[in-house]
Amino acid sequence: MARQLDVGDLPIPSSVAGAEAATPGTRAALRGWWRRFARNRGAVFGLAVLVVILVLSLFAPLLAPYDPIAQGVGPALAGPSLAHWAGTDSFGRDMLSRIIYGARIALVVGVVSVVLAMLIGVTLGLAAGYYGGWLDIVVMRVMDALFAFPIIILAIAMMAVMGFGVLNVIIAVAVGFIAPFARVTRADVLAVKEEPYVEAARLAGVSGPAVIARHVLPNVMAPIIVQAALRVSGAIITEAGLSFLGLGPPPPTPVWGSMIAEGRNFIVMAPHVSTYPGIALMIAIVGLNLLGDGLRDTLDPRLRR
Amino acid sequence: MLRFVLSRFGQTIAVLLMASVIIFALMRLIPGDPVLMVLGDDFSQDAYDRMRAKLGLDRGLVVQYVLWLRSVLQGDLGDSILQHQRVSILVWEAFVPTLVLVVASVIVGVLIALPSGIVAAMRKDSAWDYGSMGFAIFAYSMPSFWKGILLIWIFSVHFGWFPAMGYVAPWADFGDAVWKLVLPAITLGTFFSGLVARIIRSSLLEVLEADYIKAARAKGVRQAALVYRHALSNALIPVVTVIGLQFGALLGGAVLTETVFAIPGMGRLTVTAILNRDYAVVQGTILAGVFLVVLVNLAVDLTYAFLNPRIRVA
Repeated sequence: MARQLDVGDLPIPSSVAGAEAATPGTRAALRGWWRRFARNRGAVFGLAVLVVILVLSLFAPLLAPYDPIAQGVGPALAGPSLAHWAGTDSFGRDMLSRIIYGARIALVVGVVSVVLAMLIGVTLGLAAGYYGGWLDIVVMRVMDALFAFPIIILAIAMMAVMGFGVLNVIIAVAVGFIAPFARVTRADVLAVKEEPYVEAARLAGVSGPAVIARHVLPNVMAPIIVQAALRVSGAIITEAGLSFLGLGPPPPTPVWGSMIAEGRNFIVMAPHVSTYPGIALMIAIVGLNLLGDGLRDTLDPRLRR
Repeated sequence: MLRFVLSRFGQTIAVLLMASVIIFALMRLIPGDPVLMVLGDDFSQDAYDRMRAKLGLDRGLVVQYVLWLRSVLQGDLGDSILQHQRVSILVWEAFVPTLVLVVASVIVGVLIALPSGIVAAMRKDSAWDYGSMGFAIFAYSMPSFWKGILLIWIFSVHFGWFPAMGYVAPWADFGDAVWKLVLPAITLGTFFSGLVARIIRSSLLEVLEADYIKAARAKGVRQAALVYRHALSNALIPVVTVIGLQFGALLGGAVLTETVFAIPGMGRLTVTAILNRDYAVVQGTILAGVFLVVLVNLAVDLTYAFLNPRIRVA
């Protein structure tokens, strides 16, 4: 598919791919993108949610009123009060502190697993798309197979193999997101590698990896960024699902998913134990979904109307 | 058409084979000696060697894979160490409740998505449109396990209208089964409806712009008749595709939803097996899950080809 874009249409790629200094052109393009983004109310709400999660994660030790794993800082299963704004759980731990620290794990798992999946998937997609041939066939068939696994089920299988722990959760979640990155990247590489400037570079004797890094990658970056933004919420939901099943980071780590699972047993006496972390999780997911949709609508020139 | 069908079958088999390699490799990566897990602590070197040979672990990896694949193709998934039962039977028994939940959720999802998607498209940019699309984003974003707990809290703890947990096969006692399925099906169905409503809206909007609709409108056909008689049937084709594309997500959602409502399905079987290190069962459920997802995708693609004359005739 021939893509008709002027350079100004792709502000993020040039900046992300390390254009030495922001030229006046990219700055204008960034301004144009920001104007479109700021008009998208959902996206702005999503950005606000992301900022809140970031602040909570970075300053959790300052913001949390109690130690999140200290037991008996209040009576067990007490409802919200002035001393414990979000009540306490069955061990008398402060729920608000646990929810604040939970944001940290959700964010770390969500972002790091997507970045990991992106690094692997984009590399595979670049190689498969650019070199073609048997490499393309083998890589993409493996991706097809990975794609057939429901993400949570693949993550469950990975946890079975690796055992529990935050790092393993990150890997388990990341594996499920490799295939979409590889597919998106490969599809765009196939279009870009036919462009005259890529051919010129190749004919000039520039090596394959250098052509990919300098000429191909910068021009396929926009859909990859959109893909990454859209996947973070999925990664957080997957982590929460694993934790809910008891396959996430082991207790007493404050994780939203396992807090929800624990509260299930006290839903009659103390509904806040399950519902509050769930509200935090839902706000995070809604916000990140809206942010991802907003980035897609404003960044991806093919979808822009 | 025949060429399309054959090539889709070929692709399906390739994907299944590759998936089986991935699952086989994953299970070999598990730390720990499977022989020790069968034998326990007390055994002779001779017994160890015999068990190792019996499990086929003394042969090369490729041979092991081929032997494993052969028995899988014969329907033999091995035995559960813990439950002293054939894995194929355990998997089958656990899959039925999960599938019942998935089907019920698809029905609930479409029942919600159809009216809200149609209203959103017919009254584009109205409060109805924003309301139903806002609901769609919410329904899609709420983690199913949390939504399930909320529904239990509201409708069984507070109002006492529906049971909080349990499962009865629909063919055993239909009324009771539906009764117990209401909350789980709403939990998973609203997730699905969020997706489908958005697709129905956008495909309906697209179809309403088509020339034949403009012609019908110019002829004086009223808007409602236009939508129901002319546009909807075409707008529904993408819905079939979404069911196919999202079947994996539905199955994954079912695994979590089951856990909330204590439905004895695939999720519970897998998680219990993982916690008990009963890896033959883990392998079996995951294999069955992938197999199902791939087959549903094939079925949806073939249905789609059949519904779409451009592929059917070619």
